[in-house]
Amino acid sequence: MTSLFSINNLAVAFHTDRGELNAVRGVSLELNSGECLGVVGESGSGKTVTWRAAMGLLRGQKVKITGSVRLRDRELIDLSAEELRELWGTEIAMVFQDPMTALNPVRRIGSQFSEALIKRLGLSKEDANIRMLELLRMVRLPDPKSLIRKYPQQLSGGMRQRVMIAMAIACKPSILLADEPTTALDVTVQAQVLDLLGDLRKELSMSMVIVTHDLGIVAGYSDRIAVLYAGEVVELATTTELFANTRMPYTQALLNSIPKLTDSPGSPMQVIEGAPPDPVLVTTGCFFAPRCQYATDRCRAEHPDLVDSGDGHIYRCFYPLGKGK
Amino acid sequence: MTGLGKEHLRQASDALLRVEDLVVEYKTGRGDMFQAVAGVSFDIMPNETVAIVGESGCGKSTLAKGVMQLLTTKSGKVVLSGVEITGLGKEELRQVRPNMQMIFQDSIASLDPHMTVSQIVEQPLKVWGRGTDQERKEKIEDLLKSVNLDPDVVGNRKSTEFSGGQCQRISIARALALEPKLLVCDEPVSSLDVSIQAQILNIIREMKNRYGLSLLFISHDLAVVRRISDRIVVMYLGKICEVLTPDQSLSPAHHYTQALVLAVPMPDPTIRRQRAVLDGEPPSPMYPPTGCRFRTRCAAMTTICAEQEPQLREVSPGQFVACHHPIV
Repeated sequence: MTSLFSINNLAVAFHTDRGELNAVRGVSLELNSGECLGVVGESGSGKTVTWRAAMGLLRGQKVKITGSVRLRDRELIDLSAEELRELWGTEIAMVFQDPMTALNPVRRIGSQFSEALIKRLGLSKEDANIRMLELLRMVRLPDPKSLIRKYPQQLSGGMRQRVMIAMAIACKPSILLADEPTTALDVTVQAQVLDLLGDLRKELSMSMVIVTHDLGIVAGYSDRIAVLYAGEVVELATTTELFANTRMPYTQALLNSIPKLTDSPGSPMQVIEGAPPDPVLVTTGCFFAPRCQYATDRCRAEHPDLVDSGDGHIYRCFYPLGKGK
Repeated sequence: MTGLGKEHLRQASDALLRVEDLVVEYKTGRGDMFQAVAGVSFDIMPNETVAIVGESGCGKSTLAKGVMQLLTTKSGKVVLSGVEITGLGKEELRQVRPNMQMIFQDSIASLDPHMTVSQIVEQPLKVWGRGTDQERKEKIEDLLKSVNLDPDVVGNRKSTEFSGGQCQRISIARALALEPKLLVCDEPVSSLDVSIQAQILNIIREMKNRYGLSLLFISHDLAVVRRISDRIVVMYLGKICEVLTPDQSLSPAHHYTQALVLAVPMPDPTIRRQRAVLDGEPPSPMYPPTGCRFRTRCAAMTTICAEQEPQLREVSPGQFVACHHPIV
């Protein structure tokens, strides 16, 4: 497999009134051609910031980004806004969690959609219209002709997310980045949208990144999963390997906190007590140690490095689960 | 009107809450009326948790607001501890309110950003003139501790400094300040991370046991609901389609419940995931299908489904279904 997109030692810090906020602390990830990568973590784990920084969406004086981001052989980190804009849509496209804020509420769907096609692909108004209807059909929206005359708030959350997906695939991107694409949706609609993303990925031979807080969502769709905690990768493996041989106590705790249909009714939920560390404070030791039931003095004193257990399964723990079997 | 069905209701004298044939109407921008809740009956026993499950737009939140009398109900009865609250005047209703409290999905928005956490939790006590300053102070500390917040740390801070999960804890503490009998939870964990969701669900469970609460728990996620409730009511387009226990929830009799079960993501890649069984979205409640309201998305649909509205009937002990062709 060839690496299509790679993030190397990416660090993102925000300057805040309270001090330097380290949102991402040296993340390295690779996305192979045709692959679907799941990126999982709690709020504040840095999962969204990692990808926004990698796409060049975080700029300005209040943010400091270091490291390297490569698309094929091209370094993206120091590209200008104009150069980056050339890549958005055609190389990398993004679907956000909240389609309501991503769409303009005072313009009809058709007008904001076709504008993008006209400006970006240089299509005539008529051609843009035809292409737009075609794309809306691809995302299985019923009756696209009447849909394009509606305003975003007249559509349901699931329909809005489909419109966003249609817009994202308009320029046939190589990579589709979906950031919590189903978090605001009902379970039934969530299943539909995930199926749709999976189908489109095959049809358009795209690579895909799904960013989510729910391991259950990516279990059925991704090839590999990276688990982030406090701005670091703490475990990375193929999906089957990650579930079969979970090494990191944090990953295990995340899995346990998902309500499953196989759980016995009425039993208390297993929780991860406490909260992730404050990203402004400097912490020593393993970042997960204060919440980890297996933590020792070593975990509290020393920061673990990533360990490769062979076949690409890496984790960040001194006392990985399942070792010694 | 058909399809109401009350076979699933239990002895009225035992119930803490009894809702009968509740109808809530909304007016559209054009002035047309439609029924968001179209004749729903259910009851909650003391110290019982009843969950209402369904998709967006099925009327579950409207039902919760109707039960709370936060909006005007068109017809039907809501009886709380033997008192019919649907017919009460403004002041009489106010007197009943301390017995029923509610927490919401958007916990951050449901707290006043200008007030400190202590003030927020104290407010209901002040409004009702409960206790002296000292007693109230102790009560607040007690409540905050019970939702795992440290009163010394959080008391003087404002809600804007807290995350969604912490704000939900604060709203739970506020809702319990008046020691209600009924706590209505409208999607309390839907916008939270899975790890935080589990914490909040456990707190709700603890509070229920500590204060002997009855819960009306609204959610779209069957996996969550199975863990917390004693009885599950499945709603579709303003009506009840199935009533069942958590144990029965994996062998539902209604095709819609079945679809909800299959939609829950399995955190296990070795289980081959079924493709989404439900296509599209529910039809508009403005123009509900005749007969069975689910028929337009149901694989088992026949002509009778369009002609006759199914009634709720018991298919196994404690399991009631409104379907002409239930799954056996």
